[in-house]
Amino acid sequence: MPKAGSDLKLDGNGKPLWLVLELTYKCPLKCPWCSNPLGFEDYANELTTQEWKTVLRDARKIGSLQLGFSGGEPMVRSDLEELVDEADTLGYYTNLISSGVGLTKDRLKELKRVGLKQIQISLQHNDAAKNDAMVGVKSFEQKMQCIEDIKSIGFPVVMNVPVSRFNIDAVEDIIKLAEYHNVEFLEFANLQYYNWALLNRDELLPTIEQLQHAEAKVNEARARLGKNMTIYFVIPDYFDGRPKACMNGWGAIHLTIAPDGSALPCQEAQTITHLEFPNVKDRPLDWIWNESPTFNAYRGTSWMKEPCVGCDEKENDFGGCRCQAFALTGDATNTDPACSKSPHFDMITSAVENARVTGRPGMPLVMRTRGAVSNLMKKVCA
Amino acid sequence: MFLPHRLMCRDIFISGLRSMCAEEKIELISQLQIHPMYVFRWEEQEQAYLLLYPEGIVKLNNSAGHILKYCDGVRCVSEVIHELEREFDQQGLDKDVVKFMEVAHAKGWIRFKT
Repeated sequence: MPKAGSDLKLDGNGKPLWLVLELTYKCPLKCPWCSNPLGFEDYANELTTQEWKTVLRDARKIGSLQLGFSGGEPMVRSDLEELVDEADTLGYYTNLISSGVGLTKDRLKELKRVGLKQIQISLQHNDAAKNDAMVGVKSFEQKMQCIEDIKSIGFPVVMNVPVSRFNIDAVEDIIKLAEYHNVEFLEFANLQYYNWALLNRDELLPTIEQLQHAEAKVNEARARLGKNMTIYFVIPDYFDGRPKACMNGWGAIHLTIAPDGSALPCQEAQTITHLEFPNVKDRPLDWIWNESPTFNAYRGTSWMKEPCVGCDEKENDFGGCRCQAFALTGDATNTDPACSKSPHFDMITSAVENARVTGRPGMPLVMRTRGAVSNLMKKVCA
Repeated sequence: MFLPHRLMCRDIFISGLRSMCAEEKIELISQLQIHPMYVFRWEEQEQAYLLLYPEGIVKLNNSAGHILKYCDGVRCVSEVIHELEREFDQQGLDKDVVKFMEVAHAKGWIRFKT
């Protein structure tokens, strides 16, 4: 008979247990920390309903179980309900990751009917004007209505708050708002600095004192609220000295499909510009996952250099994040600079230090909008 | 869209959420059911029963899977024990079954029938 359940684990065994479908990069919001590519507007050819269904079937055959519908804003796709229906029939646990904009009560009812299990809804601030300013669009009231609708239809409410300098001091008030709405799960997701967030990092990165203060407030709330609300607060890698075990390793358990059908080992992988990402329209998913050069590029530990090669933590953190190593050092096989053993660790510590010293008062943020940034000069003039 | 740190790097195998149930003792007459947050089902590819929950997966070993299979909110604990003793042709499983149920309850996988 069984012992404790805690040691009953599921390792990937080489299967992409986690599938994320980025149905579209279209989004009504303009969040300046968006994880989508800077050139999101160049992805014109979104997969069709039938092509997404083929992805769902093929991924299930190679072992995918958890499914996230993401974007952009997945509610932009009018076939979302049809895709959730298909996914539920195939046996996925279906999660929807949405801003709440476009998530009407009618669509919620239909999503419930076709088997959606969980909705994660984003919120930036308890203050409506601040929330709306941060995402560049009037959206606070819609989000509040959406939370009420989610509850009334019988989904658990999972509220996700991307945390930056602009809202970290409001953690306590955001918890109160979540409490008022009887939110079951509240996640404070300290920003990860890729793409738009990296572009705006100097403006977004909080100080370590702000982070510590926020964490103390979260701990107070946990003690007060007990089992009524689960609050996640993940210390970001910039402040930790240890790299995150990103994606549980490259090509280990995670598979993202971009709107155009490109298969990615994580949603930021396209930032590694020299890799070619196989497309589900051209190649079987089984080959993409198991055989393709890109999914094997940083699998396991054989690609590692020092100090990762000789590090006794390499099987735990896999040298951190390949995309962060590439974004900050120009070489994806370098140790993630977030690791205190990395020779590039000063890039992280100086950014953290810089946040405390200047904060660059008066500098504007680059909002995620069409044409906001250009690589053209670099390409044409190089 | 912003995918959180938790999704990108956390250990997705931490098994289960904190218990969301009141502190109650599991008795032979208790009726337990899978917490509605979880989906419990057989997965052919894993040859195992799974608990799926928001952004997580628990693969259950054979015995745990078979115990949860009978936690349907209808059978009471003594009936679950009876079913298991019959299915596996064994006697005296009561302590092990209750012990596992206490663990599963503490993890929030099962709850008292409401």
